[in-house]
Amino acid sequence: MSSYLQLSGLDLVEGENAIVRDVTLELAARRTLILGPNGAGKSTLLRLIHGLLRPTGGTVRWPQPLRQAMVFQRPVMLRTTVFKNVIYGLKLAGVKDGERERRAAAALERVGLAHLGARPARVLSGGEQQRVALARAWALEPQVLFLDEPTASLDPASNREVERIIGEFAAAGTRILMTTHNLGQARRLADEIIYIDDGRVLEQAPAAAFFQQPRNARAAAFIREELL
Amino acid sequence: MNEISASLQLAASLIAAADAKLYGIVALSLRVSLSATVIACVVGMPIGAWLAVGRFAGRRVLIVLFNGMMGLPPVAVGLLIYLLLSRAGPLGTFGLLFTPTAMIIAQSVLVAPIVAALTRQVIADAWLEYREQLRSLGASRPRAAATLLWDGRFSLSTAALAGFGRAIAEVGTVMIVGGNIDGVTRVMTTTIALETSKGDLPLALALGVILISLVLAINAVAYLLRGWAARRWG
Repeated sequence: MSSYLQLSGLDLVEGENAIVRDVTLELAARRTLILGPNGAGKSTLLRLIHGLLRPTGGTVRWPQPLRQAMVFQRPVMLRTTVFKNVIYGLKLAGVKDGERERRAAAALERVGLAHLGARPARVLSGGEQQRVALARAWALEPQVLFLDEPTASLDPASNREVERIIGEFAAAGTRILMTTHNLGQARRLADEIIYIDDGRVLEQAPAAAFFQQPRNARAAAFIREELL
Repeated sequence: MNEISASLQLAASLIAAADAKLYGIVALSLRVSLSATVIACVVGMPIGAWLAVGRFAGRRVLIVLFNGMMGLPPVAVGLLIYLLLSRAGPLGTFGLLFTPTAMIIAQSVLVAPIVAALTRQVIADAWLEYREQLRSLGASRPRAAATLLWDGRFSLSTAALAGFGRAIAEVGTVMIVGGNIDGVTRVMTTTIALETSKGDLPLALALGVILISLVLAINAVAYLLRGWAARRWG
């Protein structure tokens, strides 16, 4: 499988703090989960790849330019309806009028919120808002979807729903690159695991192999800790 | 004490009788200050948003400058506009001095920095929350600024209101550039100042009551609007 993304010697240093250190990776799997404890640099790595942060060293190389979208831990909703929140992303992407409405409706259908299209987005529950954010991403038809701990503040039912939608993205051919510190979630969603701690990649392995026996001692300790 | 209560009674009867002169003054005040506020918002809000979102040399200096200009002394602004509009001044040929237009210009200059500075604060807070999402969606900075202005429309009503409150209540600029000409450029505040010094308290009191009521009513409406907006839109 050829890689869709190549990171080489990626660094992010802020003052004295190295947040991401010398990350060299090739990504090819359909669903890659970046796993690690809080403060490991998972979210920062995601932002560097998506281009929200500029690395202080190293390169992010896309062999072919891919359409990207990102879903954040806390969904950002504009003070307008659910439907128009989805439309907004499409407008910025330069999608034509008419086509926008069609895609937005289909995306809301996909996340199970078609009936809430006319509701103001910011008064929805956290779980519903996150699904609107996923619909906004879905409508953009991304080839890569970044998700930064998308279920960190959701209840179990919303969590299941969000994981289902992520599965649909993957089934539709979108590459998933997602951070989590939730081991169960990583088990459920990942084809491949990247374990990072203290800004460094400690292990990259197929999910099945990783969960059976991580090669890295700290990754193994992380898994034991979670299971206790 | 008697004099005051007698004046208050006269003032009440002036208001109740819809005295033409009284309401002419109120109408001119509203026209001048509302126009100035609209102009100040049209100019000041984009400036404020750009100060919050933009990246350019001298941004910090401009922020400090606009914050400082929130406290511009009205008489100084009045004097400046007077010099610009006077016959010998650079804009003298338009013959605007001592007209309501001159008063609108002067109040716009007074109020625009207030609107800009308050807008910058509102938009800067929103930018912290929205920044990554908007950039992820590919919004340019001007586009982001426009989005945040629209998104902050209810919060920004406070900025507009602060500007209007300043305009309707100030006396210095309109006195200097308007000249307080009876029936032409006489507004509530200048009338109150004049009539009080002449000893004609009823008219001054009537206008004072109306002025205070207006400011309170507009604040109440804005408060209700924001409460409604928060419940409706979050």
